[in-house]
Amino acid sequence: MKIITPDIKPLKILLVDDEQGYLHVLEKRMARRNIEVTAATSGSDAVGILRGTDFDVAVVDLKMEDMDGIEVLNIFKKMVPEMPVIILTGHGSEKAARQGMAQGAFDYLTKPCDLEDLLEKIYQACPSYEEG
Amino acid sequence: MFLIILISLAPLALIAVVNSYQFKIAYESKVLEHLEQVVEKHKQNIDTFLNENLADLRVIASIYPIENFQDELFLSELLRNLQIEHGGVVVDMGLVDDQGVQLAYSGPFKLGKAVYGDAAWFREAMTRRNYISDVFMGLRGLPHFIVATKISANGREWLLRCTIDFMAFNRLVENISIGETGLAFIINRQGAFQTKPRIHLEPHVGSLSELVWGKHPAESKPIQNSAHNWWASQTRDFATALPVRTIVADDPGAPGESAIYIMTQLKQGQWALVYRQNARDAFGAWYRTRNVAIIIFLVGSMSIVFMAFLVSAKTVKRLEMADREKEMMNEKVIEAGKLASLGELAAGIAHEINNPVAIMVEESGWIGDLLEEDEFKETENVTEIRRSLKQIKTQGNRCKEITHKLLSFARRTDPRQQEVNLNDLIQEVVDLSGQRAKYANVKIHQILAKDLRMVQASPSELQQVLLNLINNSIDAIDHKQGGEVTISTTNGDGDVSFHVADTGQGIPDAVLKRVFDPFFTTKPVGKGTGLGLSICYGIIQKMGGKISVNSSVGMGTTFHISLPAALNGKAGSEKEHANYRGGEHV
Repeated sequence: MKIITPDIKPLKILLVDDEQGYLHVLEKRMARRNIEVTAATSGSDAVGILRGTDFDVAVVDLKMEDMDGIEVLNIFKKMVPEMPVIILTGHGSEKAARQGMAQGAFDYLTKPCDLEDLLEKIYQACPSYEEG
Repeated sequence: MFLIILISLAPLALIAVVNSYQFKIAYESKVLEHLEQVVEKHKQNIDTFLNENLADLRVIASIYPIENFQDELFLSELLRNLQIEHGGVVVDMGLVDDQGVQLAYSGPFKLGKAVYGDAAWFREAMTRRNYISDVFMGLRGLPHFIVATKISANGREWLLRCTIDFMAFNRLVENISIGETGLAFIINRQGAFQTKPRIHLEPHVGSLSELVWGKHPAESKPIQNSAHNWWASQTRDFATALPVRTIVADDPGAPGESAIYIMTQLKQGQWALVYRQNARDAFGAWYRTRNVAIIIFLVGSMSIVFMAFLVSAKTVKRLEMADREKEMMNEKVIEAGKLASLGELAAGIAHEINNPVAIMVEESGWIGDLLEEDEFKETENVTEIRRSLKQIKTQGNRCKEITHKLLSFARRTDPRQQEVNLNDLIQEVVDLSGQRAKYANVKIHQILAKDLRMVQASPSELQQVLLNLINNSIDAIDHKQGGEVTISTTNGDGDVSFHVADTGQGIPDAVLKRVFDPFFTTKPVGKGTGLGLSICYGIIQKMGGKISVNSSVGMGTTFHISLPAALNGKAGSEKEHANYRGGEHV
């Protein structure tokens, strides 16, 4: 269980997935771990949100209806090149995920994944924030 | 079929008929030409014989005075000299006065003072200078003919005559004998034989006489007057016609048979020398050749017909087989297509299920987070809730594994090669096949080498090979009796091998040779595509490996696969594979 430490500036994450249920529960669980999650249910929403806000990390699902994760990644990399992007993918789509890494993604995880694994990747991407 | 036979036989028959006809014409022409030459030569011999006798008599008559011939002693001396000169063919001599009274005679018969005044030959001989009679019996009662010359002296006329031995003359004519039926005879204008034919021709003398002396207008029977004019018709009297005439006519002695008649004139057209031979005998060589040709043609035709039937039957059989195979292949292609669609469907479902499962797992995690709150710590059933959450998480992970495995198999295979640990891959596939093996009452044993070297291969393709081999092994085992499948790995010299052995029914030798053939299956229609082992073979070959099989009916089957070891592939650690050694999945 992560201890909430309000004096530390929370990690700001942009979470992009078209599964609202998944976004909702992750948002709540991460909030308990002092992570500020902004959820976007589509790539275009995410791009709009990123225009007005800075984030430490973006977590993007690979398969979405309006645009896929690789497209979103490419836009993000143009807008905020220094922001690490973690890709979430279904099993069997590792090839696309590896392609994403070749285009600048920090890493990828296969869904469903443990929250702990996801957090580990997030903290790896932002070394200035230590887990816990 | 009949068209094939017709096309095959028609040229053969045409060549046979044309050649046969040409050969027949040429051969018959040659035979007849030869016979004509023979007859002509004999005509000369006979003419010479008769003319010599007549010439001798003429010389004698002109040298000596008539008084000498009236002396029988002188006649005897002359007769003796003539007999020496002509080999005894002159039988007797005599001098006959103009009244037909034989004034002097020398010979074996008692014919002195014989009177020939009424004899036909005498009257005929008196009308000309030299005379050769037809054959007749005369006073002596034996066949003979007379050669006579007229002497004019002292105002009167005499005939100096001599008799020619008929048998000697007959021999001269009979010398013309070719083949079995060839014979010669002389016939006069009255239709009387002047020699004695070797066979009995008396009954046919009328038709023969008509044939020889009659006129022959254009007719269907071939008439030849020269070797170069085979079809020429003959309308002129033979007596005034060409020196040699050939007629092929019906044989009066043998109905239905033809005979060749070659005839020439003797004695200024008074006699005809006739050579007769059965056409079948004369053209015997041609008939034999024709028979042989017919036999060869018939045998050849029968062979062609037989081969046409055989080839047609084989072709039909092959076409039927090809149609059946094509039909089966179509069914299998459709089946393969269905399977591929099912695979895609399964992959789609597995993918879609991931999201709800992920939410479930996260929701359970959220409940776990909430349970950390103080307000819930004293809840009575908090332990039971935690256990339940743990179970949800465990089962969620299980769903995740199932979907991962399903997707691993169903997704498009990635042919890229990388270093693969075979033991890990086998473990993964055995896990995937575990449930199926359990239902089939099959135990899967793993005997995995602890320091197995890595191989250079495409993991997804290798997984496909393994899954296929294991599924085949499970299928080979009778599910009621149950059985075992053993998967083992070994390090080789520069390669790594794995073996999949079952205790199933085994594969007969005849089937074993074809197990790697595409679309070959012994499974019932709809149960197997016949592609599995063929694909395995292709994959292993592509990786530079080898796949082989040995099987014993009733004992089981083992597939052996060897793959080249990765160049830098180090053996997996002992710790890493400790779990697999002797591992068993029921």
